[in-house]
Amino acid sequence: MKIDGKVFRYGSDVDTDVIIPARYLNDSSEAALASHCMEDIDPDFVKNVKKGDVIVAEDNFGCGSSREHAPLAIKASGISLVIANSFARIFYRNAINIGLPIMECPEAVKAIKAGDEVEADLSTGIIRDKTTGESFTAEPFPEFIRRIIDDGGLLNNLAKRSKNNEL
Amino acid sequence: MGMTASQKILAAHAGLKEVKAGQLISAKLDLVLANDITGPVAIREFRKSGAQKVAEKDKIALVMDHFAPNKDIKSAEQCKTCRVFAKEQGIENFYDVGKMGIEHALLPELGLVGAGDLVIGADSHTCTYGALGAFSTGVGSTDMAAGMISQTCWFKVPSAIKFILHGKPAKYVCGKDLILHIIGMIGVDGALYKSMEFTGDGVKNLSIDDRFTVCNMAIEAGAKNGIFPVDEVALDYMKGRFKRPVRIYEADADAEYDAVYEIDLSTLKPTVSFPHLPENARTPDKWGDVAIDQVVIGSCTNGRISDMRIAAEILRGRKVKDGVRTIIIPATQSVYRQCLDEGLIGIFIDAGAIVSTPTCGPCLGGYMGILAEGERAVSTTNRNFVGRMGHVTSEVYLASPYVAAASAVKGKLCTPDEL
Repeated sequence: MKIDGKVFRYGSDVDTDVIIPARYLNDSSEAALASHCMEDIDPDFVKNVKKGDVIVAEDNFGCGSSREHAPLAIKASGISLVIANSFARIFYRNAINIGLPIMECPEAVKAIKAGDEVEADLSTGIIRDKTTGESFTAEPFPEFIRRIIDDGGLLNNLAKRSKNNEL
Repeated sequence: MGMTASQKILAAHAGLKEVKAGQLISAKLDLVLANDITGPVAIREFRKSGAQKVAEKDKIALVMDHFAPNKDIKSAEQCKTCRVFAKEQGIENFYDVGKMGIEHALLPELGLVGAGDLVIGADSHTCTYGALGAFSTGVGSTDMAAGMISQTCWFKVPSAIKFILHGKPAKYVCGKDLILHIIGMIGVDGALYKSMEFTGDGVKNLSIDDRFTVCNMAIEAGAKNGIFPVDEVALDYMKGRFKRPVRIYEADADAEYDAVYEIDLSTLKPTVSFPHLPENARTPDKWGDVAIDQVVIGSCTNGRISDMRIAAEILRGRKVKDGVRTIIIPATQSVYRQCLDEGLIGIFIDAGAIVSTPTCGPCLGGYMGILAEGERAVSTTNRNFVGRMGHVTSEVYLASPYVAAASAVKGKLCTPDEL
């Protein structure tokens, strides 16, 4: 999966209600979720986001509701990676389970600015800010988690492993 | 080294003698839960996996409470997806309009959850059942789907923070004030990934409904779960309802905690969380003049019979201020019925409030009380994030039913002492 794009910057405690407001939870299709992603915190996000772009935020990203619609909306909007100082517990698990790459890397969060071009490699954990030339290293996920993300989420991964007699 | 109560429940369900914080385990679940918002996504994932049958249909609960009675066609379709799935899979714990209540009030009331249980739910407030001595935690729809397929879930064993409670809450102070106080103290990520374990001689002075409220909002401090010891009060509540044998797990004397806080309940004051984070907790001296447009009394946090009685105590013989829409939502059919039997509904209506059938509606900005631009609500619910109850410029003030009811009468944020 190619992670290479422009950065959208947010602060701490970005909650799942602003990522995808509950008034839109009557439709769980990817297109519907993507069309309202980040609406209450950044009304221009949907207009400006392009495939491969990256979200960089501070502490406790994804706090609040357990709605899996939140990482689904971010992924469907085209975002290829979320980098934060820390993630709320349920969001962290949901992001892996639906195949949205995430990285915890305070050094990168400190240095990367909105609009920077960033690329990242999930297998090494290396994040490169192409605008400034700086590089950062996050703890990479172990291979089984990377496979879940590559396969597009836990249940796709389970179905694939079951087909290959790997379970 | 000893284990916390939460760790003991996880160990027992993983078939292990002991577990340590940070350890990854796979554990057997007593119940998996979803609602009409998270259920359809879980069902979609279930189908994606190629599974045909759920593992244990009697250990699954589906509660149609968020946008039910259906607010629009799309919501109706989501409930229908759950209804069809429940029928196909023979899931009897399917609660539709007429039987349903707000999930975290309903499941304990029906005895589907209780002491010693390990429960996951595709709803963040699943942590509520810790009031009965269960380990319960919120997950996403994929984990719910995997839970239905395997009746197991993997967990990272949490470390814990201990809260030692002493004394007795003062008049007009209840469980809501305690948990808002705690979140104000440790912040919205103060217990991230951790258990919040409550103990001490003050526990006996908290009703079971107070404890439900406290555990319900553990997630608002980022916690994985909240848990109370199982005492006479908890046993009394479970007697005659809880379907499984009670299993009591107590923390070892040498259990390790990341932090220990001592709280004297008698010193707590009515506490309100100002917009837009639950950690913005303030006592009345710092409330200032906050004129309001709406009051909501209900939700999985404060929609139980004690909360209804508190609201009635304040509203009896009084009128809500002209211009303050006051919406009271008993959390379950049984709470509703009890309100009728005790004459509370009459008190609410005479005061100028409305009484709704059970629903999560306004709490998450779904329907049944959405705020317009710039409007303010005092609400007994659990979140005051930007846009949570409506327009992005609207504001939610989280409060106890005492403060919410008093504020409805006065038309501004206040305690019952000011009436």
